[in-house]
Amino acid sequence: MTTTSARTPRPQPRGGRARAAIAAKTLRTDRWWFAPLITVVGLSAWVIYATVRVFMHKWYWVEQYHYLTPFYSPCVTDRCVEGSSHFGQFLPGWWIIPDAALTLPFLLLFRLTCYYYRKAYYRSFWLSPPACAVPDGHQSYSGETRFPLLGQNLHRYFFYAAAIISLINTWDAILAFHSPEGFGFGLGNIILLVNVVMLWAYTISCHSCRHIIGGRLKHFSKHPMRYKAWTGVSWLNVRHMQLAWITLGTLALTDFYVMAVAAGWINDLRFIN
Amino acid sequence: MGSKRQFRIWRGDETGGDLKDYTVEVNEGEVVLDVIHRLQATEAPDLACRWNCKAGKCGSCSMEINGKPRLGCMTRMSTFEESETVTVTPLRTFPVIRDLVTDVSFNYEKARETPAFAPPADVAPGDYRMEQVDVERSQEFRKCIECFLCQNVCHVIRDHDENKPAFSGPRYFIRAAELDMHPLDARTDRREYAQSDMGLGFCNITKCCTEVCPEHIKITDNGIIPMKERVVDRRYDPLVWLGNKIFRRGQVPQTSATSGHSSGAVTSGGTHGGAHAHGGGPHVGGVHSHAGGSHDSAAERQAQQGVNWHREVPHPTAPAVDASGKLPLTELTFNKAAAPSPFGDDVTFPLPPEHLNFAHPQQDEPKH
Repeated sequence: MTTTSARTPRPQPRGGRARAAIAAKTLRTDRWWFAPLITVVGLSAWVIYATVRVFMHKWYWVEQYHYLTPFYSPCVTDRCVEGSSHFGQFLPGWWIIPDAALTLPFLLLFRLTCYYYRKAYYRSFWLSPPACAVPDGHQSYSGETRFPLLGQNLHRYFFYAAAIISLINTWDAILAFHSPEGFGFGLGNIILLVNVVMLWAYTISCHSCRHIIGGRLKHFSKHPMRYKAWTGVSWLNVRHMQLAWITLGTLALTDFYVMAVAAGWINDLRFIN
Repeated sequence: MGSKRQFRIWRGDETGGDLKDYTVEVNEGEVVLDVIHRLQATEAPDLACRWNCKAGKCGSCSMEINGKPRLGCMTRMSTFEESETVTVTPLRTFPVIRDLVTDVSFNYEKARETPAFAPPADVAPGDYRMEQVDVERSQEFRKCIECFLCQNVCHVIRDHDENKPAFSGPRYFIRAAELDMHPLDARTDRREYAQSDMGLGFCNITKCCTEVCPEHIKITDNGIIPMKERVVDRRYDPLVWLGNKIFRRGQVPQTSATSGHSSGAVTSGGTHGGAHAHGGGPHVGGVHSHAGGSHDSAAERQAQQGVNWHREVPHPTAPAVDASGKLPLTELTFNKAAAPSPFGDDVTFPLPPEHLNFAHPQQDEPKH
């Protein structure tokens, strides 16, 4: 459906020639609005779910199998269930403080400054622009040249933090091979493992990682190992968008599964013990 | 077997215009540019359209087809429904000249502002050697056909014309990336220049440039984002800053909007001294540069003083000739890689002023 709402042609700067006086804002006939719409729906749904879960403060730990949801890892408030706290309980258990207050802000900022998510929310939430060759929703534009968007350049530090947090999640997944009899293995382990593998894939496929690993080099021939690593990260980097969405899904699924088992809604399917 | 299709084509010039309806015959295998040509041959002989190769390699027939920036010669009519009306308009970002032809000189201005390749000072032309693995990244950007579809679709200037003086656009960001990644480029301030003079910070990574590129260059992922990360290296990375302080490395001066041309190996020996494209002229919007040149105050002073006619002129070596007194026909028979220089192998260009062996005809005449 062509959008044909009229607009006043912009005044032309610098006294140059005028642009073609085309009244329609956009003449695109495809469903250009679908991608931003689905992005808004998907991201909003995930943020709402995550917010509810983070402030629920329960059903995050399965004592029997040592399953810990990534939304509460590591649990650092004094209300945390023993066993879910790897690094102590040094924060007060106020309702407003997430139990994983040590990691969640960095994970949020890592995704917020991610080059893929930037594209996604600039287009879908900020309409700048909503789609290619569809007008920007704002009168003026300064991009990422000023505060606060200048802060997008800190993505690299949140990447470092996310890599450390992925190590913690990996440790959680290893500790979860547990049962009251000792070693145990169930469906929850598979879900936690898949989640961790996907989180690593997303983290490593990050553009900052690609740059640090080898992209910053001018002479690949002098650094063959880094070149090989860069090639591998580049292969993943092409899939960064898919991994960004997949990890949102695996995070929510992992959290929901742990919640369901912890709440007693379902029993974990056990393969060993 | 041909069929009749509906077209709407923008007709007009800078004083105004409108979409005009046409019914045109379309045959199997044709592209939009074929239809434009058929229109020119039949009912609209005065329809203006820029085109050249009809093979997607010259970048001339950029236009907007159903609102999307495309090459007319690479948009097959079979991608549209038979009942669909195809709307063709000129590029929106640039001033219109007539019908589908726009004035894209903005891009050429930005091209002139972008510093050119700066060869290493200690390697003579002909002796450049690079590993294939080192040039592959740059070679992707060399596929650019300069159709300017990426420049047209970029909302930074498409929707905000006021940003044009400060923003070079995706085509020149990949040019900057190409040279910054080039294994032999001697400039060390390209990332700083991209940020402060080319407006790299305006880009918000919405990837429309990549979407419309007919050469499928990964403009954002392989060009703009790596350049942004290189800027982060220099400007925003406290670990790098700390490392530089401790190990006293990478002492490249931070550049501001206009001081970014003071460094780089190209300044050695004053070989570029005095080669200033702007000649002290006004700078547009705080953006200025000249292709590959550099400001060297000593060389500049020397150039202003002119040539010292009383200097001792060194004699260049003779060209490398074979036993018969002629230049070798091919480099296969020559003792060096690449073709020999007819001026002698010790002569490099541009000639430094002190090596000019031109003498004025009246130089030696007695003064009266």
